[in-house]
Amino acid sequence: MIDMDKANEVINRFKDLEGGLLECLHGVQQAFGYVPKETVNVMADAFNLSRAEVHGVISYYHDFKTNPEGRKVVRICQAEACQSMGSRGLTERVKDVLNIDLGDTSADGEYSLEAVYCFGNCALSPNVEIDGKLHARVSSDNFEALLKQGDGA
Amino acid sequence: MINVYVPRDTSSLSMGADEVAIAISKLPTDINIIRNGTWGMTYLEPLVEVETKKGRVAYGPVTVSDVQSLYDSDFLSGGDHVLCQGLTSEIDYLKNQDRLTFARCGLIDPLSISDYLNNGGFEGLSNALKMSGTEIVDDVTTSGLRGRGGAAFPTGIKWNTVKDASGTQKYICCNADEGDSGTFSDRILMECDPFCLIEGMTIAGIAVGATKGYIYLRSEYPLCKEILHEALKIARSEKYLGSDIRGSRKSFDIEVRIGAGSYVCGEETAMLDSLEGKRGMVRAKPPLPAHVGLFGKPTVINNVISLASVPIILAKGGEYYKNFGIGRSRGTIAFQITGNVKRGGLIEKAFGVTLNELVNEYGGGTYTGKPIKTAQVGGPLGAYLSIDDFKLPLDYEAYSEKGLVLGHGGIVVFDETANMLDQAKFAFDFCAIESCGKCTPCRIGSTRGSELLDNLDVEGNMALTQELCELMDTSSLCAMGGMTPIPVKSALKHWPQDFEKS
Repeated sequence: MIDMDKANEVINRFKDLEGGLLECLHGVQQAFGYVPKETVNVMADAFNLSRAEVHGVISYYHDFKTNPEGRKVVRICQAEACQSMGSRGLTERVKDVLNIDLGDTSADGEYSLEAVYCFGNCALSPNVEIDGKLHARVSSDNFEALLKQGDGA
Repeated sequence: MINVYVPRDTSSLSMGADEVAIAISKLPTDINIIRNGTWGMTYLEPLVEVETKKGRVAYGPVTVSDVQSLYDSDFLSGGDHVLCQGLTSEIDYLKNQDRLTFARCGLIDPLSISDYLNNGGFEGLSNALKMSGTEIVDDVTTSGLRGRGGAAFPTGIKWNTVKDASGTQKYICCNADEGDSGTFSDRILMECDPFCLIEGMTIAGIAVGATKGYIYLRSEYPLCKEILHEALKIARSEKYLGSDIRGSRKSFDIEVRIGAGSYVCGEETAMLDSLEGKRGMVRAKPPLPAHVGLFGKPTVINNVISLASVPIILAKGGEYYKNFGIGRSRGTIAFQITGNVKRGGLIEKAFGVTLNELVNEYGGGTYTGKPIKTAQVGGPLGAYLSIDDFKLPLDYEAYSEKGLVLGHGGIVVFDETANMLDQAKFAFDFCAIESCGKCTPCRIGSTRGSELLDNLDVEGNMALTQELCELMDTSSLCAMGGMTPIPVKSALKHWPQDFEKS
């Protein structure tokens, strides 16, 4: 069960914002790490929408997650500029290292791997973001070292 | 006290600029570190500059391990070093550009309003505050400015429609959902000169009678969000935003809204739905957003660069801006040289430059050193150009005559190892992932196209692919489905051998 007081507090912050459902969803996701299903009813009430409409918005956007993500989130660009610098091969390597596919979270909850279509850093491709920090010119050789950074290792 | 500039934009940070700044701050000299924006010479990032009597001396790309040797070479007095690029203002890559919209990027601390004012900032707004809405719109029309987001619609005409629309509430919406791969000019402008966008939007608001603006910013740009919020706060406290702007009795304010990872929300009507908190579904036109836009009200929707080009037009006059460019493509455009290229970055030039100049002269050829196979111009919905077409002048008309698009000015270079079947298939796959699903040609056609390219050994599938491209082109609701065939058809046309079964 999630902390409904916290959920209400977050949703109340956005409910009077005109067209504010997306901002509210970002807020909820920031608070919980994902959008818990228990919050859908509350948001529907707050924005005077049906549950189906709220669900429709959540499921439309790639950013909104309905399950907790891994402790480490790896996001790798799949778009053309990174492709031209070998992102297809790099992606295979990353999948091997993390032992998960794009869009998956590992069974032990350690990693999530996500596809991103452009970080806007295309003059320094290929790009990989690890826990919110963007790394440029990533190669199959230096990915593992980058992954270990910040582990205190 | 020595002034040392270490940029703080996404590109330089991704190459370790923060760590470099920390290392420099620990040097045993009295140093004032200024976090400027990038000049757009991305291949040199992090580009550290030292203020000397002769001017700013540039060193790059600097890593933490270079800092000690730079110090030993007396870089704090502009000393020579293997990374020394000479005076920043004399670097060919920068010197030969036509910096109008991006004149301040790299030069200033993005969040210093005095830096902004000392370098021509708010001159356009100050002129606009003395003009009528019609006069402002006329000046923008005279400049010949066309939408830099990709559609190239004349900005003055759009503004005029909204100005003449009836309604007590109107909006200015800035499209900052820069989703095209190979583009980052919006990001650089917002990270490195945010007041310029604020000024442009405010002028637009005053011109058409809108009091509220929204910046629809993609979620992939968290640093832009941080910098914009800070800049808006400063602009409000200095009375450049809010009620009674600089004592003019005119009001305008801006709110930033964050997207959620949907490419098609860069399409203007999908963006409106998303701004309203809905699924980002494309709307049928008419009605035009200029008549029925955000929350049903008359709305100006412009790309970041279109709006950021307005301050200099109002400061120096439409005629000044119009004197750059060729044919019906007036002014400058920010090209972004990206992908497999040695010297990638942002190059603001008057229209009419060729891809050869940009990719080979500025860019220095491929990063891998192998021959160039193609460049995709204009984002994921743009064509893959054959080397023959590299000599075409980059202007809207010359490109559209050939079935090509300039889009948002993104150029992605590929070396000879690129497989064009893979690239064509990606165009369909990307459309399938990002389609809003409202129209059938885009929603179903993209998936069918991908399947066809997976099974080209089946007889007739090549002809079907061509037919599908025709259908998507002519009957999709918006550019997403309508232009996905462009990269596919260009790949088929120029590299048929890549599509033969191996």
